[in-house]
Amino acid sequence: MTVTTETRALRTQGARVKPSRDGGIRESAISRAVAMAVMIVATLYFLTPLWWLFVASTKTRQEFTTTNPLWFSDFALFDNIAALIQYRDGVFLQWLANSALYAGVGAALATLIAAMAGYAIAKYSFRGRETFFNVILGGVLVPATALALPLFLLFSQAGATNTIWAVLLPSLVSAFGVYLSRIYAAASVPDEIIEAARIDGAGEVRTFFTVATRLMAPALVTIFLFQFVAIWNNFFLPLIMLRDEGLFPVTLGLYVWNTQVSQIPDIRALVVIGSLLSIIPLIVTFLALQRFWQSGLANGGLK
Amino acid sequence: MAITRVARVGAIAAISALALTACSTAAPEGPAAGGDCAPSDGPVTLTFTSWLPGVEEAVAIWNEENPDIQVEVQTGPNGNGGTYQNFFNQLAAGNAPDLGQIEFDAMPNFRVQDGLENIAACEGILEAEELFVPWTWSQVTFGEENAVYAIPQDTGPMAMFYRADLFEENGIAVPTTWEEYEAAAAQIRELGGYINNFSQSDINAFAGLVWQTGGQWFSNDADGWSVNLTGPETTQVAEYWQGLIDNDLVAVYPPWTDEWNAAYNSSEIWTWVSAVWGANTIASGAPDTAGNWAVAPMPQWEAGASAAGNWGGSTTAVLKGSDHPYEAAQFALWLNTDADALTAMNRTANIYPATIEGGSLPAFGEGLEFYGGQNIYEVFAEAGNNVDPNFTWGPTMTQVYNDVADGFSAAVSGNGTLLDALTAGQASTIAALKAASIPVKE
Repeated sequence: MTVTTETRALRTQGARVKPSRDGGIRESAISRAVAMAVMIVATLYFLTPLWWLFVASTKTRQEFTTTNPLWFSDFALFDNIAALIQYRDGVFLQWLANSALYAGVGAALATLIAAMAGYAIAKYSFRGRETFFNVILGGVLVPATALALPLFLLFSQAGATNTIWAVLLPSLVSAFGVYLSRIYAAASVPDEIIEAARIDGAGEVRTFFTVATRLMAPALVTIFLFQFVAIWNNFFLPLIMLRDEGLFPVTLGLYVWNTQVSQIPDIRALVVIGSLLSIIPLIVTFLALQRFWQSGLANGGLK
Repeated sequence: MAITRVARVGAIAAISALALTACSTAAPEGPAAGGDCAPSDGPVTLTFTSWLPGVEEAVAIWNEENPDIQVEVQTGPNGNGGTYQNFFNQLAAGNAPDLGQIEFDAMPNFRVQDGLENIAACEGILEAEELFVPWTWSQVTFGEENAVYAIPQDTGPMAMFYRADLFEENGIAVPTTWEEYEAAAAQIRELGGYINNFSQSDINAFAGLVWQTGGQWFSNDADGWSVNLTGPETTQVAEYWQGLIDNDLVAVYPPWTDEWNAAYNSSEIWTWVSAVWGANTIASGAPDTAGNWAVAPMPQWEAGASAAGNWGGSTTAVLKGSDHPYEAAQFALWLNTDADALTAMNRTANIYPATIEGGSLPAFGEGLEFYGGQNIYEVFAEAGNNVDPNFTWGPTMTQVYNDVADGFSAAVSGNGTLLDALTAGQASTIAALKAASIPVKE
């Protein structure tokens, strides 16, 4: 019913536009211009801070406060990077490596767990399935920040604060990932294929890994990306859990430096250049996986 | 004695809050307040949380000299940036570090929440009083008998940084009283500059001005805490700066921003009444003005007086529940009195020691090029001696700072006055104390 009304609505709209062709084109030119303007403003809005960050990173300390913040003066980017890497025996590189570990391993395992859970909920019927799913879905509503303190107290009981596990274990859970996996598995993994795999003698685990995960790949990439970004940017949990500088992720490390600016004003330049370097892995991950993700979405649309 | 009651109430509040939010936790153990303080058997390892940049260097000296008492440095953001909250979480969970850096203005908060170990009974601690600038010691004892809750580390005595060249070129006398300061402000404004920038967010700097004037924001006796953010001295200071703001005689750039630095760097602003550590802030933020600055004592309310305020400064405290309070106390005392340790911390973090001897370390013995060769530390050492020892911080300073800063930001943009902000802060502070079950008089 709804479908038919919608089609009819579309048809009448099209019918109304078509006769007055001139008006139609002008209208679309105007709306296209408005859309472009909105997108240009949005692009500027999002890119200006990045531009500022990049320009600021190329300046020496003197030029930093005295020159136009949105244009280059002297180009000291590589000196700044060298200073950053040398400061405190390269602790910044350690932070980057930690972030990569937490976000990379955390997101990979979180994706696997979410995929398995979502697939199981979508494809097996068992008692309490919906309750189970609803409880997980409820988890989407609880902000991670609200869980940090209870997690700290739990980890304290286990004596596991200030360890890698304190950050890694809570990162393995993605309620949103389970939700997305279920929806996607239900839509893109036909029961017939699973049946066929079973008839061919594949066990359930093998079916999941060889058949289901391939069909679910676009959703898995999305979950991985979301979780990677979420862990990379997660600041509050490491702030509460970690005290050993060698375990900090890059977000926390830069924040700590930023609070020391009143004691060591020079550190400000390192915070700026460090911020620039810390977003590069995010950009790379996003661009590398975006292709994957988009083609997956497009394929999904063809079916 | 009063404090004990307050402490008990605070502790109960903290524990019940914990019981509501979390699993059961054993009460932290440790020697009774003012009780024994005996050395531990065998080698011990202490944990020490500090956000002082490069404090590891000083600690390495200790670790080399004391193989049986090894200290592990842990770090985090500055106190109000998260480390205090972490301490409270860790105290609640029973895994706080043995030692922690705590600023003077946060000490009452920790005391009220029973987060500090009394180390008065530990060897050499009571005797150490004479080593420290007098006002710092009263901050760590809270005036209690036979009690020491932390060892002072560094201080921020205040003075006036000023552009010696500009004052001289324009024939304006360097102000020694606040009255002269206002007159100079008008002259400077005619030349297109500003005498100073009123900081809308550094409420602790404003507190330093009140401190100089002899005001008291908090006091504490058997009946509980009194809050007085609108006393005569505070009102005097607030109205003075309000007048400068109203007449456009001070700039109101948000402090610690690029435009703020740029205003100093471009010679738009001529003075900064600030703490000793501000010396590096200017040198870093206004590099083009090198050699043109000098330091004079703070302007006075009465000609010929020499009162000074203080802005900032930390202690090293032994946190409740430490298994090794004796060793922790020894380390804290060494860290903040040993010449090598103080020199190392000054080199890496620009600290200005709280000890009387500290002011005569070699690091402070020379003139600085940025300040035209003047030995500015002589001025600050003198200021440190003129800080009123009776100033008391309240138990909820983070809240006070936030609330008053909101009002100050509104005031500099023309909504209300500084005094309005303090009046509102007075009410919200009393409410915050009540909410924390801390006895408060109205």
